[in-house]
Amino acid sequence: MSYLQTLEDQSIYIFREAFANFKNMAMPWSMGKDSNTLIWLAKKAFAGKIPFPLVHIDTTYEFPEMLSFREWARKYYDIDLIVIINEEARKRGVGYETHDPVTVTHELKSVALQQSLAKYKWDALVTGIRRDEDSTRAKERYFSPRTADNEWEYRDQPPEFWGQFTTAVKPGEHVRVQPLLDWTELDVWEYIRREGIPVPKMYFAQNGRRYRSLGCWPITKSVESRVDTIEGIIEELKSTKTAERAGRAQDYHERNAMQKLRAKGFL
Amino acid sequence: MSGISMPPAPKPVPPGYEPAFFPKRMGGASAGAAGEPRTRIVVVGHVDHGKSTLIGRLLADTDSLPEGKLAAVEKACREEGMPLEYAFLLDALLEEQAQNITIDTTRIEFRHQGRAFQIIDAPGHREFIKNMVTGAAAADEAILLIDAKEGLKEQTRRHGLLLSLLGVGRVIVAVNKMDLVGWQEARFRELEKEIREYLGGLKIPPREVIPISAREGSQVKNPDPKNLGWFRGPTLLAALLAGSPGGGSGGDAQGPLRFVVQDVYRFDDRRVIAGRIESGTLRPGDSLVFFPDRKSSRVKAIEAWGQPEGVKELGPGRAAAVTLEEQIFVERGHVGSHEEHPPVESREVRARIFWLDPEPLRLQAPVQLRLATQNVEARLVAIDRVVDAEKLEQKSGAREEVGRFEVAEVRIRCRRPLVYDAHDRVESLGRFALQQGPRLGGGGIILTAEYPARLARAVTGEHLTWTEGRVSQEARASHFGHEGAVIWLTGLSGSGKSTLAVALESLLFRRGIASMILDGDNLRHGLCADLGFSLEDRAENIRRAGEVAKLMAESGLVVISSLISPLRKERQAVRSACQASGVNFSEIFINAPLGECEKRDPRGLYRKARAGEIKGFTGIDSPYEEPESPDLVLRTDREKVDVSVAQLLQHVLGLVSLKEEDRESAEGPGGQI
Repeated sequence: MSYLQTLEDQSIYIFREAFANFKNMAMPWSMGKDSNTLIWLAKKAFAGKIPFPLVHIDTTYEFPEMLSFREWARKYYDIDLIVIINEEARKRGVGYETHDPVTVTHELKSVALQQSLAKYKWDALVTGIRRDEDSTRAKERYFSPRTADNEWEYRDQPPEFWGQFTTAVKPGEHVRVQPLLDWTELDVWEYIRREGIPVPKMYFAQNGRRYRSLGCWPITKSVESRVDTIEGIIEELKSTKTAERAGRAQDYHERNAMQKLRAKGFL
Repeated sequence: MSGISMPPAPKPVPPGYEPAFFPKRMGGASAGAAGEPRTRIVVVGHVDHGKSTLIGRLLADTDSLPEGKLAAVEKACREEGMPLEYAFLLDALLEEQAQNITIDTTRIEFRHQGRAFQIIDAPGHREFIKNMVTGAAAADEAILLIDAKEGLKEQTRRHGLLLSLLGVGRVIVAVNKMDLVGWQEARFRELEKEIREYLGGLKIPPREVIPISAREGSQVKNPDPKNLGWFRGPTLLAALLAGSPGGGSGGDAQGPLRFVVQDVYRFDDRRVIAGRIESGTLRPGDSLVFFPDRKSSRVKAIEAWGQPEGVKELGPGRAAAVTLEEQIFVERGHVGSHEEHPPVESREVRARIFWLDPEPLRLQAPVQLRLATQNVEARLVAIDRVVDAEKLEQKSGAREEVGRFEVAEVRIRCRRPLVYDAHDRVESLGRFALQQGPRLGGGGIILTAEYPARLARAVTGEHLTWTEGRVSQEARASHFGHEGAVIWLTGLSGSGKSTLAVALESLLFRRGIASMILDGDNLRHGLCADLGFSLEDRAENIRRAGEVAKLMAESGLVVISSLISPLRKERQAVRSACQASGVNFSEIFINAPLGECEKRDPRGLYRKARAGEIKGFTGIDSPYEEPESPDLVLRTDREKVDVSVAQLLQHVLGLVSLKEEDRESAEGPGGQI
């Protein structure tokens, strides 16, 4: 059996375990390659019908191409999509024009997510994070509990072995369910190629530049590339040593920025 | 708070913009799209024996660090005025850098000579054993590190003991910090002998024992002829390459089929049994028996989204979505098997367990046992021995509990029959996790399984009497593991009440749910022997039956009443009496038209009634009032018996299950779709 097949089967197992154990789950969906891979895996796990809502946290700094993709995918996959915006923070004037990226990301993503957790009372959130993305994510569990304050107690994580996960939560707490934890960036692209999963066009070069990772437009830089096929992306990845999120400014603004963001609830 | 220098805002998309790129589908078997197996390596050993340094060294020597990472750590070290510390490459978290210890399992990929590896760094501190267990349980191979100067320490042995329990079959021992003992061969040989004996005793002899210095880079990637010229064995990386690539499912495609049910999804008219193949091979047309109910059906199809033609064969590790020919009752936790190689079904297991929770696992205390997708309440009934990690011998004295980080051989008894295999026969059906609170508290492997003795007969319920406390209705429910209830079957003579009652009673009983049939005819031989068939006597008969059913349900039983009970008013009176006492009551209409019942006429009563030999026979010359709002209607004229029984069972389980068990019923999550 191929290794990609092993990864797919494991992700499906995780999806089904989550759905069987939690009463009210949702899946944040950023429209990126990992997010679209997750949709694909969920379709397979649940025989074509995703039985929980998807959530897009709209920072209001989304690329227009991505919003266009969002509306396209809503119809294409027949998904129940909830769009949330931290209107309160925007009214206070929180934005990249005036605030540093860590603050903006925290307010417009993490706080927005926390607001909707309070509103919808989700007990599990499916995320697309992978261990290879950065060193804090490498320490994650497949089922990773978050406190009522949406915090990650990374110092004291529950054990997890033999396909047995943490499925009990107290009121107000939730569990992050992470089916892609064992995948690498290369695995994701290989799988997208194997399955023919539709992805945003922004990943492919236009005028000599493309996006390797997609976030808010003021802090997401394109990289120099002529790659306009999946095969090209895979080849490029095999030869590069530049970190995937190198184009994401908030990770680099200060030392341990990612750690701080994630402890406070960032995906 | 200052903003950033903003790039120009992106332009709106042009009309007709197509946002999605459709890659050409390659298909599963295409070359180059298969991914490659990573050998997952857990690095374990006593704290400060050099795990993080070794991992940093492996990454640096195999040129596997992302650009800038090595430079960043070099810079950080320079700023602190210290030499390059390889361990810092891993210690991404703030407090780790402060304390210089690794606090949680980290995974890092590296490549060497075309092979992909994933390192699982497991911390050595005693408090972090749960992280070590988490890491090691996922590994194909273990590197056990020993400090050449310090030698074998407590955690060295404990980690070895845990590796043997967690199923990590391949172990390489690296004797690190050889530079600190002057590269002496004698010291190495002494440690090699000691560790080989220890691991041999655990039946996990090491593949290699290698002297290294992670800090100096000796014998990791490159041999060190200058200092370790006396060593004839491989470098650590060469030893890793010599192992076969991992990443397999662990299951055996030729082994007995174990299809573990995760959930049942309902779409339109389809019912999809979703689960995973743990062992063996599943094909459409296979005849499956689902344990513990032992209901059987043929596999109609193995479905796959986007593949209308379905799947022809699935092996170990594969996610499966199956439709069945017969509509039998299947739920999460069931295990599908071929008839010829069934699993064991029993309430008691002998196991070797490890315990991680600060709260000890006490004899007789309730604990959740999770095996595959089964989740059963259980308790320790005997602690046969507690294993001392130092000497691998029994600790002295009789024990009342298994403490934190201890390993013990125990007997566990479950409230409901458990479906399992011996660990050496089907690994994933032979191991389980234990849970006392919200977190996993420990785990274990099943030592023996009595296949032949257990298979011939159905498991009979042993009565369970371990809960003490006030004998309130709650206490009884907690004691039995379910609530009491009156399941009131009503319908014409011959509609199928007795058949369904008998089937339901047996299914409930096999689940550890105490149940009892209250049969109209039987009552008339004793309690109601003084009553005739006048309207008044029949009403009194129903009243007495209702009272008895209520009393039995209050005592904790699920009472299945099987009486025609033709009048609404009388059935309503029983319902009211039950509700007044807080007893669950469910009215089930066994609905078959008179014509059908008369055709069946199992006891020839209709024939006699038509002939006038019996007077006042319900449906012929006495009325039957159909329920106005029954809790469940079963059309026994249209549905097969099995289908009706399955519906009835689901309904009753939903009624009597305790809250935390609600989601185990088939009407739980799957029903929402």
